[in-house]
Amino acid sequence: MTTIPNIIGAGLIVIGAGLGIGRIGGSAMDAIARQPEASGKIQTAMLIAAALIEGIGFAALFAS
Amino acid sequence: MVISNKPLRFILATFVACLPIISFANSETDSTKVQTEVTHEAVAEGHHEEAHAEPTDVKSKIKGFINHHVLDSHDFTFTQDDVTGKHYGFSLPVIIWDNGLHVFSSAKFEHGEAVAESNGSYYKINHHDGKIYRTDASGTITEDEKTGHPKNVRPLDFSITKTVVSILAAALLMFLLFSSLARSYAKNGGIASGAGRIFEPIVIYVRDEIAIPNIGVKHYKKYMSYLLTIFFFILFLNIFGLTPLGINATGNLTITFSLAILTFLVTNFTANKDYWGHIFWMPGVPKLMRIVLAPIELLGIFIKPFSLMIRLYANIFAGHIVLMSIIGLMFIFKSWIGSSLSFGLSFVLSILEILVAFLQAYIFTMLSALYFGSAVQEHGHEEAHV
Repeated sequence: MTTIPNIIGAGLIVIGAGLGIGRIGGSAMDAIARQPEASGKIQTAMLIAAALIEGIGFAALFAS
Repeated sequence: MVISNKPLRFILATFVACLPIISFANSETDSTKVQTEVTHEAVAEGHHEEAHAEPTDVKSKIKGFINHHVLDSHDFTFTQDDVTGKHYGFSLPVIIWDNGLHVFSSAKFEHGEAVAESNGSYYKINHHDGKIYRTDASGTITEDEKTGHPKNVRPLDFSITKTVVSILAAALLMFLLFSSLARSYAKNGGIASGAGRIFEPIVIYVRDEIAIPNIGVKHYKKYMSYLLTIFFFILFLNIFGLTPLGINATGNLTITFSLAILTFLVTNFTANKDYWGHIFWMPGVPKLMRIVLAPIELLGIFIKPFSLMIRLYANIFAGHIVLMSIIGLMFIFKSWIGSSLSFGLSFVLSILEILVAFLQAYIFTMLSALYFGSAVQEHGHEEAHV
């Protein structure tokens, strides 16, 4: 787990997950800014998408 | 309901509820200083130095502390005295099937030191993987030279370990809370009363925001009991994990595997023909593509519950490891600024862990509802798919 390729792999995984979830968060905030009354639905959808990305992020993190 | 015969339904529900219990006791126990696969290589060196005495330097103590919280164990240790090595807690029964049922208290193992004797057979916990093996009276465990695995016979281990106690406690708590909530409706004319009132909006939320949008108004009632059970079971187990008792139920791959298997079974056994049609011979796609996509969809049937399992396990397990490590950091920084900052950080992280507890329960339930929805969707939903 502490070999160099493992560490680099873990870093890449975190970059990937962070980018993905960051994009989702950004679009969610744009959507809420456009239409504040739909913020409940948008928040729910954002959480679902974030959890899916985090799921594969963790799976990869445990495989590395 | 899926099965309309009430006694049969009750028997099946009890059987399904007991399924997590018969998952074999996970490789354990912190009481013999065994490491998880994550910390295994890191402490492989440290493991050989420490004898069976209590660890004395801070880093081994922290690793012991983390392992106590994260690993399964045959006894409930609340605290232990470092100087005298005395453990404060109680031992749980060890139930072994080895050509006959052996039931004895895990105090006989004396935290991994002694050989336990039961009805003429001797058992010992192996220090490397924490599993119980049958040995002779002196407790020798012969290891295979090439693989390092013990050559002793391993009996089937049905012990009541810490994790089993925690899922039984969560199940009992849920049963008591929700049965009293249900009874209060009858006593109070349709309005909930008592402490269970806090769960009514959550139940309505699960019905209106998770079940109906994903499964549809026609079929959601069949699945409501399973979705509610899963939601509150995972929620209570996650919250139990945040207590200092050292319970780590959902951070245990067997527990999440059992829950994911249940979702898998319910999805595939209550699916209608359209579901299987969509998987193997999907409409609206050219025929050559269908042959290519069918194996991928077949894999998807297994990978979706697999991802449910990994997601819950990894979130809770990683959260616990990080939280315990930061608490341990408090003892490595012996200065006033480092320790207080670590304390603050661990406090904030605990609050985040509460959020993660709710979120993971919600996500597991929501994705299960999504899979159920795809299993029972009617043919008319063709146009809704993009």
